[in-house]
Amino acid sequence: MKTLKLVKQNTKIEFLKIRKFTTILSVFLCASAFISFLFFNLNFGIDFKGGTLIEVKSSSIIEIAKVRSSLSVLDLGDLQIQNFGSEKNILVRVENQISSSKSSSALDELRSFGEIQRVEVVGPKISSELIQKGITAIIMAVSLMLFYIWIRFEWQFSLGAIIALIHDVLITIGIFSFFQIEFNLSIIAALLTIIGYSMNDTVVVYDRIRENLRKYKKLDLYSLINSSINQTLSRTVLTSLTTLIALFSLYLLGGEVIKGFTLAMIIGVFIGTYSSTFIASQLLLYLGVKRDWTKNNNI
Amino acid sequence: MLYFSNSKILFLLIICVFGFFLALPNFSKINIPFLPSQTINLGLDLRGGSYLLLEVDTDSINKDRSQSLVEDIRVSLRENKIKYIGLRSLESGAEVRIQDSLKIKDAEELIRDLNNGTSGNIFNTQKADEFSITTSDNLLQVILNDSSLKEKYRLAVLQSIEIIRRRIDGLGVTEPSIQRQGNNRILLEVPGLDDPQRLKDLLGQTAKLNFRMVDVSVSAGEAKRTKVPSRSEIISDTDGIQYLVMKKILVSGERLVDAQASFDGTTNSPIVNFRFDTVGGKYFAKATSGNVGKPFAIVLDNQVISAPIIRSPILGGSGQIEGGFSVEEANNLAILLRAGALPAPLEILEEKTIGPGLGQDSIESGKLATIVGLIGVLLFISISYGRFGIYANFALILNVIMIVGLLSLLQATLTLPGIAGIVLTIGMAVDSNVIIFERIRDEYANGKSPFSAVESGYSKSLGTILDANVTTLIASLVLFFLGTGPVKGFAVTLSVGIITSVFTAFVITRLIISIWLLKNKPTELSF
Repeated sequence: MKTLKLVKQNTKIEFLKIRKFTTILSVFLCASAFISFLFFNLNFGIDFKGGTLIEVKSSSIIEIAKVRSSLSVLDLGDLQIQNFGSEKNILVRVENQISSSKSSSALDELRSFGEIQRVEVVGPKISSELIQKGITAIIMAVSLMLFYIWIRFEWQFSLGAIIALIHDVLITIGIFSFFQIEFNLSIIAALLTIIGYSMNDTVVVYDRIRENLRKYKKLDLYSLINSSINQTLSRTVLTSLTTLIALFSLYLLGGEVIKGFTLAMIIGVFIGTYSSTFIASQLLLYLGVKRDWTKNNNI
Repeated sequence: MLYFSNSKILFLLIICVFGFFLALPNFSKINIPFLPSQTINLGLDLRGGSYLLLEVDTDSINKDRSQSLVEDIRVSLRENKIKYIGLRSLESGAEVRIQDSLKIKDAEELIRDLNNGTSGNIFNTQKADEFSITTSDNLLQVILNDSSLKEKYRLAVLQSIEIIRRRIDGLGVTEPSIQRQGNNRILLEVPGLDDPQRLKDLLGQTAKLNFRMVDVSVSAGEAKRTKVPSRSEIISDTDGIQYLVMKKILVSGERLVDAQASFDGTTNSPIVNFRFDTVGGKYFAKATSGNVGKPFAIVLDNQVISAPIIRSPILGGSGQIEGGFSVEEANNLAILLRAGALPAPLEILEEKTIGPGLGQDSIESGKLATIVGLIGVLLFISISYGRFGIYANFALILNVIMIVGLLSLLQATLTLPGIAGIVLTIGMAVDSNVIIFERIRDEYANGKSPFSAVESGYSKSLGTILDANVTTLIASLVLFFLGTGPVKGFAVTLSVGIITSVFTAFVITRLIISIWLLKNKPTELSF
């Protein structure tokens, strides 16, 4: 039986040869992400900012200008009206906290344009709590994973993994900031999944490095890491591809509501794959790892 | 690694068949007796409905108790002829200055006795626990204890839940879920509700109803200009008309046993008929007999809803409220009165309402994305690994079935991000098989026989697979414990998916491959 091999057996790509370039690239990306965050901040959704969101669906094209003028009499403050998925759907965002009577008259106005699909109202108390919860969740997930890696491997691996994770999260947030893609609660979920995915990728490479460290006691670290990446390359490519197949299917067919979530995941898979191949592994080179594994009986 | 005893094979087979039957009700409507019939719960974002996060206003509970404490102290000190000044309520408590320094001890004793539920306040907890008294000079400060306040909040939340349940039952919706969250919050989920505004109207009122006399000694306008008599207060109605109403309550809403919306026989306008219990009926009869020809006010949440003249004594214990209502307003008021008053106002912190149309669209697109994603991955794996790929694909399909089965068994809630979790698992589940197959390729390329290449491929991948999946599981468990609503749904499917995918990839494909190896004894592996 003939099978497709995207990555040839026994590749000998010198991944670490371009380590200067990838280091500069990563530092540049992280710095840009940080600067973008400072200048543009994130386009927080109502989960984190508070406010009201209303989606309206019609069987014909909705004219945004008309919606705006019909809502303007209600004096709702800052309004954001945009198409959602198609020109027949609109999304109305009201930034201010509005009274229940005002929101019900806004809904009445909007009903003349089409069917109300969803209404979300988040008060300021909740939005600040959600931010806090989101940050706690990320910090907790990262620390637990590091603890696990530290127990299963050595501290150098743990440190290398955390730097790679921060790298991934930072760049993903930077992309959301730069392109002003809406950042809401589901993006936090996506970030955590990215963390999980990237860690998964990193662990597979690290695992092979550790195995080779035991096997080839005399081989220099540079070649050892390089051949470990090569040995896991086929797997890295295949898994990233199947994950991307699933994610693109979701992105294109899964509906508007989870587009942001899937987009974050797609970005994350690319960055995660890049970081475990180029960043996490080369970090071990700088951090230095224990070469004598004879006394360690871990799997 | 490749040897499976017969009993082990049987056991694995049973697990797979069990998973299949657990998942079955989700795909077919046929009910087979003795087999599970539970399907996955759909979250509100898929079935449509309203999600409300409410907070019981604890400040108002503090305030209420502080004020009643002031009243209790006033009555008690007066009865015992102890002179005092500066009696006032604090943020959570009260203070008073006793003029006669010899009586300070007595006063303290009297106030301490108030602990004993003398206020008739249903929230009163055990004696000696409710507050502490500090004395400095002649100033007595009564401070409500944190623990007693917490207990009050807890009871208020429980009572609110009961009243919310009764109010929602009045709306005639099915399966509302009302849960306590944290100290003073209530999470309300009502599936399939067309108009959340009505729900919010019902929750937005505490619905404290009482009947009082209108003070006719002076007009409201006059009183406002000059001086409001201490026994009365000014309360306006929905149209802003002001009334001077006595503070004394004739009968309160707690005495109501029934309220029904109806139509007035002559004017045909919507009204609410109500009926008191025996005691309330007696109070009402006494009050109306003594005040024929005078107006009384029906006050709901500090708003006059009507102020009719008493034409004749009302002895039967029932009456009607005409407040110029619309049909819906009359209906709502009847529901509110039947359900009873909330112990404290509720604040809506968060609201999410999803229309049934959007939910259905999400289900359809979620299904489509899952099927297309699955087919894409299946094709890709088949062309990458040939025969072994087909085994992996079998495991992958089994994996999806087991996820559905487990979610049904756990009665977990499937949300839209949850569907995303399943699709993501499909993409990531093959990872374990990919790791194993790549290993087998390596081992085979290094010159091992097919059998031992497979054997060592599996055993060498185990550690990697565990490490890789434990880390992902950590992330999804954190999401599960810290997330709410849809995000929690995502965490559930992802966690379940990780566990089932390791099982199907590592155990089931190994079983199939070992059966194939033992049966065919291939001399070479085509990879």
